[in-house]
Amino acid sequence: MNRISTLFKSTQEPILNVYATAGYPNFGDTMLVLNALQEGGVDIIEIGMPYSDPIADGETIQQSNQVSLDQGMSVTHLFDQLKNMRQSISVPVLLMGYVNPVLQFGVERFCQKCQEVGVDGLILPDLPLAEYQQSYQTIFEQYGLLNIFLITPQTSDERIKQIDSISEGFIYMVSSASTTGAKTGISSDQEAYFKRIDGMKLKNPRLVGFGISDRESFLKASNGASGAIIGSAFVKLLGNAKNLREEIVEFVKSIKGLK
Amino acid sequence: MIDAGISFHVSEKGYYGDFGGAFIPEMLYPNVEELRLHYLEYMMEPSFQKEFHFLLKDFVGRPTPLFKAERLSAKYNTQIYLKREDLCHTGAHKVNNTIGQILMAKRLGKYKIVAETGAGQHGVATATVCALMGMECIIYMGAIDIERQAPNVARMKMLGASVVAAQSGSKTLKDATNEAMRHWINHPVDTHYIIGSVVGPHPYPDMVAKFQSIISEEIKWQLQEKEGRDYPDYILACVGGGSNAAGAFYHYLDEPRTALIAAEAAGQGVSSGHSAATTFLGKPGVLHGSKSLLMQTEDGQVIEPYSISAGLDYPGIGPLHAHLSTSGRAKFFDITDDEALEAALECSMLEGIIPALETAHALAVFGKLGAKPNEISVVNLSGRGDKDLATYQEKLKLNP
Repeated sequence: MNRISTLFKSTQEPILNVYATAGYPNFGDTMLVLNALQEGGVDIIEIGMPYSDPIADGETIQQSNQVSLDQGMSVTHLFDQLKNMRQSISVPVLLMGYVNPVLQFGVERFCQKCQEVGVDGLILPDLPLAEYQQSYQTIFEQYGLLNIFLITPQTSDERIKQIDSISEGFIYMVSSASTTGAKTGISSDQEAYFKRIDGMKLKNPRLVGFGISDRESFLKASNGASGAIIGSAFVKLLGNAKNLREEIVEFVKSIKGLK
Repeated sequence: MIDAGISFHVSEKGYYGDFGGAFIPEMLYPNVEELRLHYLEYMMEPSFQKEFHFLLKDFVGRPTPLFKAERLSAKYNTQIYLKREDLCHTGAHKVNNTIGQILMAKRLGKYKIVAETGAGQHGVATATVCALMGMECIIYMGAIDIERQAPNVARMKMLGASVVAAQSGSKTLKDATNEAMRHWINHPVDTHYIIGSVVGPHPYPDMVAKFQSIISEEIKWQLQEKEGRDYPDYILACVGGGSNAAGAFYHYLDEPRTALIAAEAAGQGVSSGHSAATTFLGKPGVLHGSKSLLMQTEDGQVIEPYSISAGLDYPGIGPLHAHLSTSGRAKFFDITDDEALEAALECSMLEGIIPALETAHALAVFGKLGAKPNEISVVNLSGRGDKDLATYQEKLKLNP
């Protein structure tokens, strides 16, 4: 079974997924960041493949993407940095990015590389359901990759059910109508939305993303879902960290409530 | 010339050949899907058509003239007509689309508008219809374009729009489009996004082309009156994203007797590294919601384009045009900054019409086209040159 599905079956505690832009803050930091996240107790790692035009992302992640690209990061370099990842990393790993760099690398070659280095799934926000089913699903499945779909407060129940039926692993529940990092905190309206989705009795668990930045918002989000995803708040930490490894470990522990 | 098996109209799934589709984040799906399900139905409603045509006539000033350019014709020893979109209210063809889309927004129950702009023509056209309809208007514009198109920024502000500078990337049209899309993601319920060109996710390319198709609809009957036939041998238009070209080509897409000619901005030259000639330099890729030809690195990162003309300074091209290019239906010419400037000066001196820098790229094709003396060409004179005076002053040394 895929590492992601295993995790959700075996864990009762709220699951923490942390997003980190590859090759950031420095080109060679990718593995250091992954190892520190795992050391702190993260449950899932989401590695951002930088892109020049990340339209679903707010300023913080955009800037980290640009810095990483300026330092020479590419899909090819990323796979090179991840080639021995599974010697130290045992938690599930997702790659998040935009569809164009994947297309240029070659979809099948990309999936093959993911399998080789031990990537468990993909989040490609601008790859919609219909396109996925028509041209990508067969290849993703052939290489054991889960495709993680997003839902938002505006997604209709009918479409949520459709996404649930085709999903495996988990569904990425976007907490509000926004780009990443635009808002912080979880309102009562949002909690009602999490509960509404929870009441739909979907077959897939959900993780809440967007607006999660600290233990309080993590716990609130986890109340109506299996856990949550932190992106911009962590990327900010990466950008400002003086002692990268220690600050990452401390950050993850503080979110998870570990000493 | 036209392979009978090829369609140049959008498929049910939103494709032109291999190009098109709707590559959008889930956050935009409800809005784009609502539009996809209803745009044809709303456009066809008699009340919509009545209001659209009323505004095109009494507010925009349509039909725009089809003018025989006698002195340009003599110079190139062929028959040249100018389709005078520069005489549209606001000074360019862009308003045809914004009139259509503001009526669409009303039917969708939206009361705020967001748009991107490059040269500022689409921004002005959007701010104009928002003022007309009493809707709130936010325009994203690249920080560099704000500097080089100051008069249009002032016009937008005077019309009541908020102009927001896009500070990311190359700070031009591509980045303004990113920011407008992000704004729409953050305001999905009350806001309609008026895309200004035949780009973006399906159904935008088709919807914008249909609103702009009034251009070729008029050319047909105007040419019939003047020449006794409703088709020219050549239609010429400049292509950035490609809205004026889509409108000028639309009713001739399946007309085998008409050659479609597109002028792209080569900037300092196709091989100079400072260009925006997408069909020459691009590969298939996904940007701003559709698959098309795209200027990009081997790694799939979008390359920042360059053109003297802010309206053509875009690394992609509408999916219809990508299909017209790869299928051979349209012939694309690469026109440099210098060639465009020369053509602008020539049109001004010979015809008394100062064209927009974008349009000047289409005019520059006559030097390379090889049209015969009795052949008829129609150039879509997409915009007037007032907004480019600062550039003309500098480059053509017009300062006292």
